[in-house]
Amino acid sequence: MSTLQIDFGHAKPRIVGIDLGTTNSLAAVMDLTGPRILSGIVPSVVSVTESGEVIAGAEAREMLITHPERTVYSVKRLMGRGVGDVQEELKLFPFHVVEGSESVLKLQLGDKVMTPPEVSAYVLRKLKEDAEEVLGAEVTQAVITVPAYFNDAQRQATKDAGRIAGLEVLRLVNEPTAAALAYGLDKRKEGLVAVYDFGGGTFDISILRLHDGIFEVLATNGDTHLGGDDIDNLLLNIALEDIQSEWGEDVSGNAGLVQLLRRAVIQAKEALSFAPAAMIDLEYGPRTYQREIDVQLFNRLIEPIIERTLRPCRNCIKDAAITVEQINETVMVGGSTRIPLVRSAVERLFRKRPHTELNPDEVVALGAAVQAGILGGEVEDKLLLDVTPLSLGIETMGGLMSKLIHRNSTIPASETELFTTAVDGQTNVLIHVLQGERELVKDCRSLARFDLKEIEPMIAGMARIQVRFLIDANGILNVTAKDLRTGKEHSMDVKPSYGLTDDQVEAMILESYDKAEEDFKERQLREARIEADAILGAVDKAKEDEAYQALAEDERSTIDRAINELRLAYHSDDHLLIRDQIEKLNQATMALAEAIMNEAVGKALKGTNVNAQ
Amino acid sequence: MKFYDALGLEPKLALDLDDLKKRFYDRSRQWHPDRFSRANSEEKQRSEEMTSMLNDAFRTLRDPVSRAEYFLRESGLELPKDAPPELLEEVFELNMALEELRGGDESARGQLVSAQERFAAMMGDADASLAGLFAHYDEKPERAMLDQIRATLNRRKYVSNLLRDVEKELNVHSAN
Repeated sequence: MSTLQIDFGHAKPRIVGIDLGTTNSLAAVMDLTGPRILSGIVPSVVSVTESGEVIAGAEAREMLITHPERTVYSVKRLMGRGVGDVQEELKLFPFHVVEGSESVLKLQLGDKVMTPPEVSAYVLRKLKEDAEEVLGAEVTQAVITVPAYFNDAQRQATKDAGRIAGLEVLRLVNEPTAAALAYGLDKRKEGLVAVYDFGGGTFDISILRLHDGIFEVLATNGDTHLGGDDIDNLLLNIALEDIQSEWGEDVSGNAGLVQLLRRAVIQAKEALSFAPAAMIDLEYGPRTYQREIDVQLFNRLIEPIIERTLRPCRNCIKDAAITVEQINETVMVGGSTRIPLVRSAVERLFRKRPHTELNPDEVVALGAAVQAGILGGEVEDKLLLDVTPLSLGIETMGGLMSKLIHRNSTIPASETELFTTAVDGQTNVLIHVLQGERELVKDCRSLARFDLKEIEPMIAGMARIQVRFLIDANGILNVTAKDLRTGKEHSMDVKPSYGLTDDQVEAMILESYDKAEEDFKERQLREARIEADAILGAVDKAKEDEAYQALAEDERSTIDRAINELRLAYHSDDHLLIRDQIEKLNQATMALAEAIMNEAVGKALKGTNVNAQ
Repeated sequence: MKFYDALGLEPKLALDLDDLKKRFYDRSRQWHPDRFSRANSEEKQRSEEMTSMLNDAFRTLRDPVSRAEYFLRESGLELPKDAPPELLEEVFELNMALEELRGGDESARGQLVSAQERFAAMMGDADASLAGLFAHYDEKPERAMLDQIRATLNRRKYVSNLLRDVEKELNVHSAN
């Protein structure tokens, strides 16, 4: 069979923009008229059901209450981190970390063990499927946003999550930069813009210069461990203490209750953005707990948290080498910027009323879609020039960090360094790469150790190996080495300090294929077959009706032929063919369906007449 | 000099910043990896190399001090690391005043504030004389002029360190 299919609508595959948030995630796409949100918000929650199925999104969020120990939320806080980094949050999380993993966290969820990138991949897969549903086409490429202050390991982990979910991550974009892109899209905006991005788990500040379609980031700063989650935890602790004194019982070990209470606390927090007071309201079986929180108390509680966002802001202004007065606009992003005290603190610092007209939950995804449009070639007059948030360096003698690429350098940025041997006959050189602003290695973040191996033995100092450190447009480090004596690429082993090796990611991709819910084509096929089953069943039933017997001979044979053709198509793997045959059967049975309908209406009308008399 | 080449410029010490910015933006539009997302890996790599060079070049050349330092290095002149001898006495007195303030003697504050003003003025002078020297050298490239630039840069750097130390100390103590 040779049917030539021309698909006019999708000459190029669509690149989706994804805001992979701490609390919620969202996908958007670039249309002719501008960026558009695809389907709904997906809560960034993943759960393993008792039958071992992994679910993500709103369904998984419900599992937080019923099965907290097999449900993960705020996994973004764990991306690219080691066990030692996250002791504080682990105290609050109901799920467990598997012992014995140093560089990569592993979470025990029911009988499954998953790393944070694998958990995130389930959220991404859900977004991908939702997007495919709306677009009616397979989605394989994406732009994903990350906090501007994410380090190399956190970025790499995000990229890994994309790969595991079956997405080619064409670009990681910084969230505040994406917001600026959405903000400055239609308007002829020029000048300096500060983006204050206070989300569920992270805080970023970026200052950009907008000029003739170029969005140039001058400086960025932030805290990847500061967000609305921290406000929730403050309120939660108050409520837990209250409950202990009221009920005479410490309930902090009851994970289901804690999650229910967390939900109540979040509701109260959100209400406090609009009302002078709100109630934390918990019903747990026969027991209840209620507590009113007024704005004065709330503000007193969160003031230190807001204060922690202001220091990075001041540093960012300084790094951008500008004064506060020069900033033309302040843009607010992230759910936590709905809090009035946050708005007034930002207004005081930047000395102007911040923009709040954009939906702070959607603006990052919309910006990611614009960047997808830039990469896809649909948006030609815009260009982002972003920076690396942290300095990159190597360990030198005495445990000192020697900086090679300074923070706030426009990316891509590169630096080369010449390495040689220190003793005769030395055959390998170890390079320890770090990220951070402090002088001592122990105060910086270890990224990876590179082993320049198989160096030909020679006199000390004779070897000449040039190593190139490149931070690419995603803010991710790439290292290559060249032997200047031979002019050839020099091989090396890479051991990332935190996160997965390439081999581990590959293994996870394979595994995810094994276990993956079917891909887009399979799903289309399954849906077409379900529809075919439905119509075949209906026609079978209709054949028993008197109306069928009343049909002309050739009408009946047309129907039979259509049934047979659909049954044949049913077993092909082409969903379009199945849909064609469904349509034919529909046409063939039109008269029959009408006749049955009339008969039914006739009966019904008789019925009403009887009743009316 | 490769940074000048990257932006299509003649190697000059004095540059028009608006022109520099325009060149940087124009070339970024042309070479940024965003423009090569569907290109083959060779083209992608070239785009990364071009833009990282452009970014380095722009960062170095837009600031007169780092531009002059680059220019000197490329001309085979290393930057000296010793303190300018004419500042020795000044530095000696400054250190005493800093010691006193750290020890809680508030009377040293006035001395430090006036030192702060003096250093700021010296920085301004250095910037002005650099601008003059740049113009001279661009017109008539003489080695002696480069030596003068080198000495001025060294003095400027040293004064800027002094200024930073004074400001830090004044801030720390006003915060308490």
